[in-house]
Amino acid sequence: MVGYVLKRLGLAILVALAVSMIAFLLLRLSGDPAIALAGEGARQADIELIRKTYGFDRPLPVQYVEWLGKTVRGDFGESVYFRSPAAPLIFSKLQTTMMLGVFALAFALFISVPLGVAAAVYRNSWIDRLCLALAVVGQALPNFFFALLLIMIFSIWLRWLPVSGSGTWQHFVMPTIALGYYAAPAFMRLIRAGMIEVLEADYIRTARAKGLPATQVIFKHALRNAVVPVVALAAVQLGFLLGGSVVVETIFALDGLGYLAYQSITFKDFPVMQNIVLLLSVIYVVLTLASDIANAWLDPRIRVA
Amino acid sequence: MEALSSARAGLNIVAGTLLAAALGIAGPALANKKDDTIRFAYDQAPENIDPFFNNVRSGVIIGAQVWDTLVVRNPKTNEYKGNLATRWKQIDDKTIEFDLRQGVKFHNGEAFDADSVVYTLNFVADPANKVTTQANVNWIDKATKIDKYKVRVTTKQVFPAAIEYLAGPVVMHPAKYYAEVGPKGMSAKPVGSGPYKVTNYVQGKSLSLERNADYFKGGPKGTPKISKLEIRFIPDRQTQMAEMLSGGADLIMHVPKDQADQAGKVPHLQVVSGETMRIVFMQLNSTDNTPTPALKDIRVRKAITHAIDRESIVKNIVGAGSRVLHTQCFPSQFGCTDEGATRYKYDPALARKLLAEAGFPNGLDTEIFAYRERNQTEAIISNLQAAGIRAKLTFSQYAAMRDSIRAGKASLTHQTWGSFSVNDVSASTPVWFAFEADDITRDPKARDLLIKGNNSVDPNVRKDAYREAHKLIADNAYSVPLWSLPVYYVATRDLNFEAYPDEMVRFWEMTWK
Repeated sequence: MVGYVLKRLGLAILVALAVSMIAFLLLRLSGDPAIALAGEGARQADIELIRKTYGFDRPLPVQYVEWLGKTVRGDFGESVYFRSPAAPLIFSKLQTTMMLGVFALAFALFISVPLGVAAAVYRNSWIDRLCLALAVVGQALPNFFFALLLIMIFSIWLRWLPVSGSGTWQHFVMPTIALGYYAAPAFMRLIRAGMIEVLEADYIRTARAKGLPATQVIFKHALRNAVVPVVALAAVQLGFLLGGSVVVETIFALDGLGYLAYQSITFKDFPVMQNIVLLLSVIYVVLTLASDIANAWLDPRIRVA
Repeated sequence: MEALSSARAGLNIVAGTLLAAALGIAGPALANKKDDTIRFAYDQAPENIDPFFNNVRSGVIIGAQVWDTLVVRNPKTNEYKGNLATRWKQIDDKTIEFDLRQGVKFHNGEAFDADSVVYTLNFVADPANKVTTQANVNWIDKATKIDKYKVRVTTKQVFPAAIEYLAGPVVMHPAKYYAEVGPKGMSAKPVGSGPYKVTNYVQGKSLSLERNADYFKGGPKGTPKISKLEIRFIPDRQTQMAEMLSGGADLIMHVPKDQADQAGKVPHLQVVSGETMRIVFMQLNSTDNTPTPALKDIRVRKAITHAIDRESIVKNIVGAGSRVLHTQCFPSQFGCTDEGATRYKYDPALARKLLAEAGFPNGLDTEIFAYRERNQTEAIISNLQAAGIRAKLTFSQYAAMRDSIRAGKASLTHQTWGSFSVNDVSASTPVWFAFEADDITRDPKARDLLIKGNNSVDPNVRKDAYREAHKLIADNAYSVPLWSLPVYYVATRDLNFEAYPDEMVRFWEMTWK
């Protein structure tokens, strides 16, 4: 187990490094940060001054190594747009995004577990088809479009919820639904498949033969086993949801990391952009690692493989 | 980033549908009249509230609420009026003396006097302090205190537009407080002497202001009427519109024409449109190493100008509040004129003939760079195509486009320019024709005339020089002046609101109906 964990850990670090390198290069290829910083109407001399001040005139590998070295030591640099240290800026927004991610995950599980179970129990019936349709819509509907539909229904027609902002719990309702619905289909399909397999197992037949009520058989005996792979997927999905919150946070003007990422992209705020990408990818890598280890701990066959 | 931009494109498509669907069922007016609070939503947050350290429109708007300038320009008559200064006179070519208003207090109680002016101007003029928009301050040599209420401002060169800058971006800070906290502290806890004071600020998210009860009487801004102001930064235009429809905001600006047209049908909303100082034009690269050498031929440049149906695009696409321009400046700017300049009427047949004469009987392939108002670019491309000029579009962020222009990689460029709301030609035409980085024409005659216009004290000499420069540029078809851009505001019907060409939102003037 220790060897397995070490191997996965080494791999995770390599992935994080590769991501940081790609992110750094892609951001630099997207344009000259000095020109972006100088703004409309800046003279050539001003741009040169900015280029020198921020060190954009040095070779890319030098800039990369310096940035990574500082980041590892916890120095995230200074936001070139907000002109304040990037670390407090980023971490102050992380809480909102984490909350949104966890809420969205909870919402996704809340709808996908009953639907997945129903689809498996009533396999190939109209209920199964309906659940499948809901899953397909969830996956096919772009979340920005879904977000606008929610705004139209709950804010403009019914006036139940505020359109945008992050002051109260009501502000989180629509973003949670918009983000969570997108993640639900994957869980639903996994639960459905798991349930179908488990429901055909001998011990379920035994439980039924003992005369246990159907609800007890399904929720106590079958679901418990079918839900194991879902736990692993949940960790990975949480990473997706954190990264995927850029669009949702921007639409709902929710003051989180995704919104900050959008602002930093708009203003070519390289230090903030790079560190958000790195932070999100590290979170994702850590969650994937945790899920791998949890799986290996639950299922010894994975360790050996 | 790509996913986000395609998402945004998608948003624009569905927004119309959303708005149309919402129209029928939008509820009653929910203006925040009862709380006496105007809620204003804007898409971009300023990076720093200190007006010297941001270059976004929201920053300019906030700046004029929280701070005051020595003089102000009346947006209707374009006359300058004393604000923090009561009188001023030119001492010599490079020196202006100001008598300051007495009894003015900053929001923290600090008194306004010569020290405030001297400290602020000397601080921002020092390049080491890295003011964001250098063009706003790099003309200042120094400010000197004569007595407690008298200062002299010296410019580096003869700079007739000084008053215009002192009426716009150059605000006055409290000397003691600014020396103590600097630009960062000023942003965190802004202190000015303007009609509204900041009560709460969450970076990148929102700003709360309340009426400055001690605001000096008898000034050109008057006294503010509405007691509170909430400014929220909502990046998505569709969300802003949803806030207006649901009664969550009272005022938004820069609304696209199609959405404004529909918002006008909502009972509790009003649409106000007005012309802005932002001009639209097409810069043509006619330098020796242009990617499209045909542009060096005046007949080709004239053909391009004749090919674009400006009247029709203004009427059908740009919308109310816009006008066709014949020179590359905004008509209200000092020195802007199209007198004597060649006018090119829409004539695709003539365009084809000119192209054939220039040796392109089968038309011409080129490319066009653009960064905003894509629907206008597409109309231009379609006009050009009809005359045989096939322009491939490269659409990008402003910075990326400017990068290409400055590197000489762009042939046709569809650009806009707001002159930082400075009502003087020195802030527009010379940027493109006086051998600055963005000059892709490089005609020394145009440069000399424009520099003469910039640096003469005699208004008549300035006007003559600018007129000749504009005539030279137009006669040679160096660029294609297109039109001015209008701005659409959507406001709650209860608000008395007026639009101005400088895109300044004057909250201090507003009242409830």
